[in-house]
Amino acid sequence: MRNGEIITAGVLALFSIYLMWESAELPIGYIPGRGPGGGFWPFWLSAIMLACCGLIAFNWWRRTSPPSRSEEPFLDSYGWRMVALVGGGVVVFVALINIISMYGAIAVFLFYYLRFLGRHSWGLSISLAVATPLVFFFFFEGAMQITMPSGMSFTDPVFDLLYEIIY
Amino acid sequence: MEILSLLGDGMLLAVQPQNLLLIVIGVTVGLFIGAMPGLGSVNGVAILLPITFLVPPSGAIIFLAAIYYGAMYGGAISSVTLGIPGASTAVATTFDGRPLARQGRASLALVTAALASFVGGTVANVFFTAFAPLLADVALSFGPPEIFALMLLAFATFVGLGGDDIPKTIFSICFGLVLGAIGFDQISGAPRLVLFDITGFLQGIGFLVLAIGVYGIGEMLWTIEQSRGDVESTNPKMTMRGMAADTAEATRRGWKGTAIGSVLGFFVGILPAAGATPASLMSYGVAKMVSRVPHEFGRGNPDGVAAPEAANNSASTGSMLPMLTLGIPGSPTTAILLGGMVIWGLVPGPLLFVQETEFVWGLIGSFYISNVAAVLINLAFIPVFIWMLRMPFTILAPMIFVLSIAGGFAATRDMFDIWLIVIFGLGAFVLRRFDYPLAPAVLAIVLGPIAEPTLRQSLLLSSGDPSIFFTRPVAAPITIIALILLFLPAVKLLRRGRGKSGAEPS
Repeated sequence: MRNGEIITAGVLALFSIYLMWESAELPIGYIPGRGPGGGFWPFWLSAIMLACCGLIAFNWWRRTSPPSRSEEPFLDSYGWRMVALVGGGVVVFVALINIISMYGAIAVFLFYYLRFLGRHSWGLSISLAVATPLVFFFFFEGAMQITMPSGMSFTDPVFDLLYEIIY
Repeated sequence: MEILSLLGDGMLLAVQPQNLLLIVIGVTVGLFIGAMPGLGSVNGVAILLPITFLVPPSGAIIFLAAIYYGAMYGGAISSVTLGIPGASTAVATTFDGRPLARQGRASLALVTAALASFVGGTVANVFFTAFAPLLADVALSFGPPEIFALMLLAFATFVGLGGDDIPKTIFSICFGLVLGAIGFDQISGAPRLVLFDITGFLQGIGFLVLAIGVYGIGEMLWTIEQSRGDVESTNPKMTMRGMAADTAEATRRGWKGTAIGSVLGFFVGILPAAGATPASLMSYGVAKMVSRVPHEFGRGNPDGVAAPEAANNSASTGSMLPMLTLGIPGSPTTAILLGGMVIWGLVPGPLLFVQETEFVWGLIGSFYISNVAAVLINLAFIPVFIWMLRMPFTILAPMIFVLSIAGGFAATRDMFDIWLIVIFGLGAFVLRRFDYPLAPAVLAIVLGPIAEPTLRQSLLLSSGDPSIFFTRPVAAPITIIALILLFLPAVKLLRRGRGKSGAEPS
């Protein structure tokens, strides 16, 4: 954790500098008759962020913040596995939306999580993975009139059938 | 007396069968919309506005106001049962509502939230009825320096909320404010902070994108990692007797927060562009400050649930005041209501009280009825919400991920934002491990677009002289209180540091 604390502060400091640089593309000072320029607000806020990173580093050096005193690793093997399986699952879920539609991606993600991570029965996993996207469909498309991404064209027959039910 | 008779007529109008039905449906829909992470009163009112053209304008606005009310109650439900605020107005409710749920006292948190909301709403209704014209005048006299001073006060309370690590809290506030500045410069219209030249940033980053990322994805990853897959709080049985006991306890331990939230919430709510989010946050901060047990805040103190919940309901009524009397929306939701009124052929402003008496007082009467309907429906549904908690976490967790992503898309309609949600979620998980408080960033991204123009307009007024915040009679005390709040923890920390180093053997 101790190493992680200073690395995080360093990365955030670099990000703050990048934000200052981006903000400076617009005027950051006072323009007579027009008030502060467009970059004024984000530039000085980013400067405060940079100063905070300096203070965080100072606290790290003095070992006053809890993470700077901790000798634990940032994540143990369980933590890494969890981030990979759950976080990775969410990333794949979002990546699938444009391919097999929002509802298809929900079904696949739920089935993956319930059956393989949650170790629930096949029956429960399949029924929830099918029922949830259906309920979502009727709520969003039917009641709220919000069209969700329908993925690539091969999903059209399924959507045509569902739209026929609600319209 | 005239006001009472007008109010009586208004209530009679509100309890007409059609209007009463609209109130009940509106409150129920609002409760569910508010409870869904990613959908708040703004989304509910915006999405359902078109269907209100089926009923007359008075019925339509009563329906939308009931949704607004219901959503304010509903936001607390997901804050408590899932740890994810259903809307920005309920962020402060998670601070103590979630710890209570983790202790198996979700029902106490929900009962406290419902009762505080009811009292907040009722107090605000009485204020609204009695002082409408006077208070509208006060709010109207607020210029940019006063509004910025108020924003500064809201930010100063974050520093007190973020625990001891002040640099990390201030970093979080500034980060949220900078995220809110991405897109276009509101004044010159020039593109600003188009990060890494990705055009998706041109449309800015909405509050919901950060909120869902932090609370929907990051919080869940953190919970799964911390709990080692062995989650979660289960709640004891929900019985009538238990709820009666919870009501007694909520009254005993939450009255102070309720009183603070009810009054403060209303006055912050009526300020144009302030609204329920800063009101709930400030009420939480004040309740913590005046509490005899401030260390219990953040660990499950009913006052910490009551203050923001009373405040957000009170503020939602308060924000209707400048909308109806002056035509200035007090919150994003009332901005949409205002848009609706114009479409219905009504002109919001002082004349409305003269020309459309029946409409105005029917609406005010409906506030009272909606408030009663909301507390009854909410309390009746509490067992359903508790049932949600009993679900195995391995079912609840994927459902929350799915709700977050689908709800996020419903609100933004943009895949770029969905990817941002995932990135913010993973980033929030890492930052949370290193004790960075993230609630201030989420609230700052909401307040940033209000704070920046008021600061720039103030400095334009004073030709760049910041003393404008210290010389105006209303802005000066607010700014000074904000600065004291901002520097108090730093002074405390320095004194503690000095005390420590003095105690160490040299």
